[in-house]
Amino acid sequence: MRLNDCDPGFKHQIAAEPGGAGIRVCFGCAACSARCPVGANRPEYDPRRIIRAALLGQREEVLASPLIWLCSSCYTCGEVCPQGVRFTDVLTAIKNLAAREGHAPPSARITAELLAKQGRLLEITEFENEKRAELGLPPVEQRPSDFQSILGIAPQEQDAGEGA
Amino acid sequence: MKALLFLGCTVPVRNLNYELSARKVCQALGVELVDDPALACCGYPLKGSDQGHALVIAARALAQARAHGLPLVALCSACAGTLAEAEHHLAHDPIAAEAVNKELEPLGLRYEPGVKATHLMRFLLNEVGVEAIQAKMTKSLEGFSFAPHYGCHYLKPSEVLGGLEDPENPQSLARLIAATGAEAVNHPRLKDCCGGGVLGADEELAGSLAGAKLAELDALGVTAMVMVCPFCNVMFEGQQKAIAKRMDTKFKVPVVYLTQLLGLGLGLSPDEVGLKLNRVKPKELIKAFKE
Repeated sequence: MRLNDCDPGFKHQIAAEPGGAGIRVCFGCAACSARCPVGANRPEYDPRRIIRAALLGQREEVLASPLIWLCSSCYTCGEVCPQGVRFTDVLTAIKNLAAREGHAPPSARITAELLAKQGRLLEITEFENEKRAELGLPPVEQRPSDFQSILGIAPQEQDAGEGA
Repeated sequence: MKALLFLGCTVPVRNLNYELSARKVCQALGVELVDDPALACCGYPLKGSDQGHALVIAARALAQARAHGLPLVALCSACAGTLAEAEHHLAHDPIAAEAVNKELEPLGLRYEPGVKATHLMRFLLNEVGVEAIQAKMTKSLEGFSFAPHYGCHYLKPSEVLGGLEDPENPQSLARLIAATGAEAVNHPRLKDCCGGGVLGADEELAGSLAGAKLAELDALGVTAMVMVCPFCNVMFEGQQKAIAKRMDTKFKVPVVYLTQLLGLGLGLSPDEVGLKLNRVKPKELIKAFKE
């Protein structure tokens, strides 16, 4: 690693994201890593290493790393941090930056498209409502228009996407 | 006592046993659940890649609850956590709240601080109370043993939940299980994460998280594991067979929802609490409660 290749502004960029400010006070004790259930199964996933790399300014290495998507968002790290860093939130900030630069896994785009199409992750058809009715449960509906407005995905784009 | 029911995406499609038993238990406890078909996603699935929009989606649900003037109760821990986190964040950050309201304006909605968003179990614990729930029990589940699975978002982040219970030493689900007369089993992997959060990114990793806990409970021989979250259920019940196969072992750990247990204790039949729909069936329990 060459320090000249590092981006000293990266940590500030993370800190400016919602939930990212915690990165400023990490002192690298690895309490997060010690209790991380993902790290216990996959030693290459190490919250402290991710924070250290981000603080050093290894921007591309961090944002392009597939490891940042392995957090199970169990929040254990935040509960045990002596500095009150919420690593889950810091990592969410990092993942959001990564997504904006095209590093998100395909599931992220698919999720947004499903919400714009259905207003829900899982489709509701007559079949679902018939099953519900058999149990005496009220029908559920799909009302995607609010989600299209929020996500800025117009219904016609959706239809075009579906036809393609 | 009234609350607005937040069903979320998974429960009304894949976990009808949970929804059915939750509605029946609330009815038996005098809690009126109000439905609003406009409620949908909580925003959680978008958070990892796009937390700005996830927050607006969560705020939309909070604004809808405000319009009803009711607390918002969710059956899914991820929904409950996401909604409570959004409320916590927006109530403490007026600038973020204003930004969210710009997005909600075209939908005819407005977020204002003060909406109570919580998990149904927390709502029952706080508003009805364990003693009152126990007092309504008509059938005892004595002789059965259950392992509560708290899951992560039911307990954490603790500051969002307002210090309701210590995530390092959770008690609330064990107390509800004990209220039915059954034994609540404590065990080394009690607080383990189900792995559901990484199922989309890495199925094998998710399976190894859930698998360790399933193997421990199989060895302990409990009547069933007890859930309060459909996401955890995906791992422990939906994926159980695949996980056992990957671990090159065989185990069958029955999985039930806590509302199903409470329902049996309140005098409902196995059918009324949807036990027929459980995939890894708690056979002893069904046998004992069959009419």
